[in-house]
Amino acid sequence: MEWRRSYGRAPKMIHLESNFVQFKEELLPKEGNKALLTFPFLHIYWTECCDTEVYKATVKDDLTKWQNVLKAHSSVDWLIVIVENDAKKKNKTNILPRTSIVDKIRNDFCNKQSDRCVVLSDPLKDSSRTQESWNAFLTKLRTLLLMSFTKNLGKFEDDMRTLREKRTEPGWSFCEYFMVQEELAFVFEMLQQFEDALVQYDELDALFSQYVVNFGAGDGANWLTFFCQPVKSWNGLILRKPIDMEKRESIQRREATLLDLRSYLFSRQCTLLLFLQRPWEVAQRALELLHNCVQELKLLEVSVPPGALDCWVFLSCLEVLQRIEGCCDRAQIDSNIAHTVGLWSYATEKLKSLGYLCGLVSEKGPNSEDLNRTVDLLAGLGAERPETANTAQSPYKKLKEALSSVEAFEKHYLDLSHATIEMYTSIGRIRSAKFVGKDLAEFYMRKKAPQKAEIYLQGALKNYLAEGWALPITHTRKQLAECQKHLGQIENYLQTSSLLASDHHLTEEERKHFCQEILDFASQPSDNPGHKIVLPMQSFAQLRDLHFDPSNAVVHVGGVLCIEITMYSQMPVPVHVEQIVVNVHFSIEKNSYRKTAEWLTKHKTSNGIINFPPETAPFPVSQNSLPALELYEMFERSPSDNSLNTTGIICRNVHMLLRRQESSSSLEMPSGVALEEGAHLLRCSHVTLEPGANQITFRTQAKEPGTYTLRQLCASVGSVWFVLPHIYPIVQYDVYSQEPQLHVEPLADSLLAGIPQKVKFTVTTGHYTIKNGDSLQLSNAEAMLILCQAESRAMVYSNTREQSSDAALRIQSSDKVTSISLPVAPAYHVIEFELEVLSLPSAPALGGESDMLGMAEPHRKHKDKQKTGHCMVTTDHKVSIDCPWSIYSTVIALTFSVPFRTTHALLSSGTRKYVQVCVQNLSELDFQLSDSYLVDTSDSTDLQLVPLNTQSQQPIYSKQSVFFVWELKWTEEPPPSLHCRFSVGFSPASEEQLSISLKPYTYEFKVENFFTLYNVKAEIFPPSGMEYCRTGSLCSLEVLITRLSDLLEVDKDEALTESDEHFSTKLMYEVVDNSSNWAVCGKSCGVISMPVAARATHRVHMEVMPLFAGYLPLPDVRLFKYLPHHSAHSSQLDADSWIENDSLSVDKHGDDQPDSSSLKSRGSVHSACSSEHKGLPMPRLQALPAGQVFNSSSGTQVLVIPSQDDHVLEVSVT
Amino acid sequence: MAVCIAVIAKENYPLYIRSTPTENELKFHYMVHTSLDVVDEKISAMGKALVDQRELYLGLLYPTEDYKVYGYVTNSKVKFVMVVDSSNTALRDNEIRSMFRKLHNSYTDVMCNPFYNPGDRIQSSPGGPYSRVRIQSRWALLPVSDPVQVGPTSCVRSSPAGPLITW
Repeated sequence: MEWRRSYGRAPKMIHLESNFVQFKEELLPKEGNKALLTFPFLHIYWTECCDTEVYKATVKDDLTKWQNVLKAHSSVDWLIVIVENDAKKKNKTNILPRTSIVDKIRNDFCNKQSDRCVVLSDPLKDSSRTQESWNAFLTKLRTLLLMSFTKNLGKFEDDMRTLREKRTEPGWSFCEYFMVQEELAFVFEMLQQFEDALVQYDELDALFSQYVVNFGAGDGANWLTFFCQPVKSWNGLILRKPIDMEKRESIQRREATLLDLRSYLFSRQCTLLLFLQRPWEVAQRALELLHNCVQELKLLEVSVPPGALDCWVFLSCLEVLQRIEGCCDRAQIDSNIAHTVGLWSYATEKLKSLGYLCGLVSEKGPNSEDLNRTVDLLAGLGAERPETANTAQSPYKKLKEALSSVEAFEKHYLDLSHATIEMYTSIGRIRSAKFVGKDLAEFYMRKKAPQKAEIYLQGALKNYLAEGWALPITHTRKQLAECQKHLGQIENYLQTSSLLASDHHLTEEERKHFCQEILDFASQPSDNPGHKIVLPMQSFAQLRDLHFDPSNAVVHVGGVLCIEITMYSQMPVPVHVEQIVVNVHFSIEKNSYRKTAEWLTKHKTSNGIINFPPETAPFPVSQNSLPALELYEMFERSPSDNSLNTTGIICRNVHMLLRRQESSSSLEMPSGVALEEGAHLLRCSHVTLEPGANQITFRTQAKEPGTYTLRQLCASVGSVWFVLPHIYPIVQYDVYSQEPQLHVEPLADSLLAGIPQKVKFTVTTGHYTIKNGDSLQLSNAEAMLILCQAESRAMVYSNTREQSSDAALRIQSSDKVTSISLPVAPAYHVIEFELEVLSLPSAPALGGESDMLGMAEPHRKHKDKQKTGHCMVTTDHKVSIDCPWSIYSTVIALTFSVPFRTTHALLSSGTRKYVQVCVQNLSELDFQLSDSYLVDTSDSTDLQLVPLNTQSQQPIYSKQSVFFVWELKWTEEPPPSLHCRFSVGFSPASEEQLSISLKPYTYEFKVENFFTLYNVKAEIFPPSGMEYCRTGSLCSLEVLITRLSDLLEVDKDEALTESDEHFSTKLMYEVVDNSSNWAVCGKSCGVISMPVAARATHRVHMEVMPLFAGYLPLPDVRLFKYLPHHSAHSSQLDADSWIENDSLSVDKHGDDQPDSSSLKSRGSVHSACSSEHKGLPMPRLQALPAGQVFNSSSGTQVLVIPSQDDHVLEVSVT
Repeated sequence: MAVCIAVIAKENYPLYIRSTPTENELKFHYMVHTSLDVVDEKISAMGKALVDQRELYLGLLYPTEDYKVYGYVTNSKVKFVMVVDSSNTALRDNEIRSMFRKLHNSYTDVMCNPFYNPGDRIQSSPGGPYSRVRIQSRWALLPVSDPVQVGPTSCVRSSPAGPLITW
């Protein structure tokens, strides 16, 4: 049937069951009836009457009476059924259809509700009409019944609500209301609307809970005091019956206790939930209920005997579990452990507390008091209920048995615990499982079975450690320590004790206790003296930092190394440690260079302090203990052009991050810490470690060179050894051995020749100890002096550059050897002293070249010459030194630079000759020049050098030049060449007085052909009739070449021709204007034959045209010796001379600047040259030496005025 | 009022745990730790749906006789666990939610502290990790801010004797 409900509730298909009872007036509900289940919903009047007479006589009256009764009870739900019988009808065929009984009844009773009268025809016959009438009847019956039901239910609900609203009124009773609402629930249940039924119970539940809460808040309803009566019975939930009538009645009688009410309510809810196929909700609700009840009893301050609630909870848990198990199959249960495990665990917990309460856990078993309590508890359980009496495993039986004896309790408790742990584990609730396991361990400890407890404690501890829960760790460790103590696991116990002693979560006393345990053990005489107990150091003390002295952790063989470590003692009391040992691993480095002092000093940049990361000690957090990424940028550049090839990020500590996560060993130190036995130990004895930071200093003398790595740290207290198995980060120190060494280096950037210069000597003693009398033997270089100074001192430094002493230096010089006696110095020290050396100018070499310097071993390259030479000429002096530690001599080269560069020049004035010497100071120093001399080395008496220099002293500043001039004078024929030596004294301008006299600076040179042979004079005349030269007009150039001397030695060459005692030579002249002022018109060069006789003159006329106006210098006139072709010479013409020849001609032209005016002339020379080249016999040109030609018109200028018609001024603007 | 609050890192180690009856600290530690089982279960059960809905509140993890344990998980899988006295019936779901939200805000404040290293244990007072009386002003101690000035956000104001969470 579809059921439409009020308040917009969704229509539902319901199954409504109804009972038919005979009408009795007393069955009609009185006002205020609350029973709904037995409520008469529909009244049916059945009549078989088909006779009008009979109807009128009896039926009508009867009907009227019935109707009146109904009306009196305000019941409007009725139906009149008229059963028609064909058999009877046949008797009364004459009855008018209009006046049938049906119509009459309808008229009489159903004045408006004609549908309230139904005709059922021939109910016993099997005809279609019968069928139809049955159907019609049943439909009507259902509709009306439902109508009535709905109406009455609505009314009932309304009444119920009204009743509920009255709950604040005094005298309201919850039990009464409970019964009313339960009625509704029953109805729904009857309708198979379990959901709705459950809602009714939930509402009751909530209402009751609210009352309890309000009561707790002081707002008490007096009916509730009723539930506060002391709990006398705690027989648990009963879920096996659909309705626990016994409890229901007690509620009805208002005699129920809180537990009764709750139990009943829950049993109903449970039944309904099971109807609804929701067993897991039962489990969940059960747990809530149990917790809630315990709370409510507390809140209502109901007096409960100790243990009673535990019994009740335990029984209830098991009852619920068994009930659920009863209605589900195994697979379902297994997959829904998550829902039930809470109950299991709760039951376990309760049984445990019962066990403790009744003395079933103690070692000795229950005492009389415990037994009394047990008896009381069992009494409260009452008798077992009949429905479970036959079940072997009923909760009642279980509890009774468990409480009966220690053994039985143990069995049941273990069963439950194991089941719970198993369940927790199977659904992945590891933490819960461990927690139950810990309870179990506690139980075992009580039962003096530590070996069984240990595994649970270890398991739990591992779990807490993995997740870093400090307090549980401490607590569990404490239990474990006790357990291990009982088990006699000395090593483990001591380890746990050390962990506990360092645990800051414990009180000072507890820590001291555990510390004392270790110390006690350590101090007791061991039966086996060699026996050591090795414990990890971490909990005992932590290595904080390490400090090397010397700070670079590099020490020479035999040197003393100090290692100061800071240990942070975790112990609460000072601990006397017999010895602290650092195990050192020694390795010899293959690469010997890496072991040199320099390398080590350079590459060890640390300040000697190594900080150890604080161990994650009290809380090892597994995942978080990973170090942070150390990322660095990386650039790779191509070696050739420094362009970027690749870039990226490098993680420097990959090895730390990517190493395998040690699942267990990293958390709890493995008990077996390997003690490394090494030959190298650093030891520190009898140290008392105070709580907190302690400084411990190790001192060691370095023995073998190599690298020493600190591996293990070990502290021994009696037979207990605390070991830090690995020292990380890696700590190393290096021991090196060094050969003695001598270094000589100039103090300044470069040494200057000629003046005293300081040179620093550094003796690194290395492993050699300088004894008294040890000296350096310097073999003297010829041109280098070692200046002995009385006050020179030597400094002795230690290897770390700390000055240790200084001593006067004794220097003894002989001809060949200078001996420097070294001060006494221990090994691995440095002796430093300075010496002054002076490089003498060595034997002067002939300066053929004008700029060649007369020094020994001139280091000059062609390239240097081409650059105008701002670099100084250098000289190397090699000194071989014999050192006391070696049989071999050390050769040291010192390079000295000559501070000056000298050039000379020959100057002429007609036939008068001058020599100019230019001294250029290339150094950074200023010098004072004095006593300049120029002497003729060939000692020709005829020649006189007259100095024109006025000052005898002259400063020469850095990068400046000073010129000296001498006039050459001779009386007779001048020599063809002149060898000169220039010397000048010099001293540094800054220094006041030098101890020694310095050698002068000398410069030798040779001047050849310095005598003037020809005088060339050029003159330009304006065109005839004009006063001045004008631009664009031709002027005449007159060149006058005059021979100044008779035949001299220098003239004797190929060009000289002799005829009749007359000598003549061929000269070629050339007029060149380099500055493009003049255009040479016509021939610009020509060959003349010059008689070799004094005052022989040759005159050449030429025409030139000025191109510009103004004072113009005259064009150059050059003279060349014109050497005729020589047959002997031509045969020697090979490729080289060709080139030479060519180069000469090219050189000649190379001097010319591009000159448009001389184009013609050049072209002619070129053509001449080319023609000469074609024909092999070729005359040669040779430039006359500069000294032989004097151009008397050089420097003269001619005034050129602009041409008159030159009005056009060209202005070009760009 | 909560009797115990805990902030638990993604890796399930406690970042901060504090309970008011200090003598029973251990019990609460165990309780919070055990409750992580249910937190894990709930997180994995809800899985993606939880993330999508941005529902961080996990609800009641499990009731015990005397306490109720509630859970909350941030998007970064940091868990907040709060233990509430069962007898305290005034605390309904909404109150618990709002407490968690405030706790979350405070946690966010801590994370905003540039001196706080994520993953470190949260210190509630500068007295150091070993000082017995740990919570003086705020459990989330910002270096500069005065707890009084923080105003409404300083939901977790607690004193050794007073309630742990007030609002």
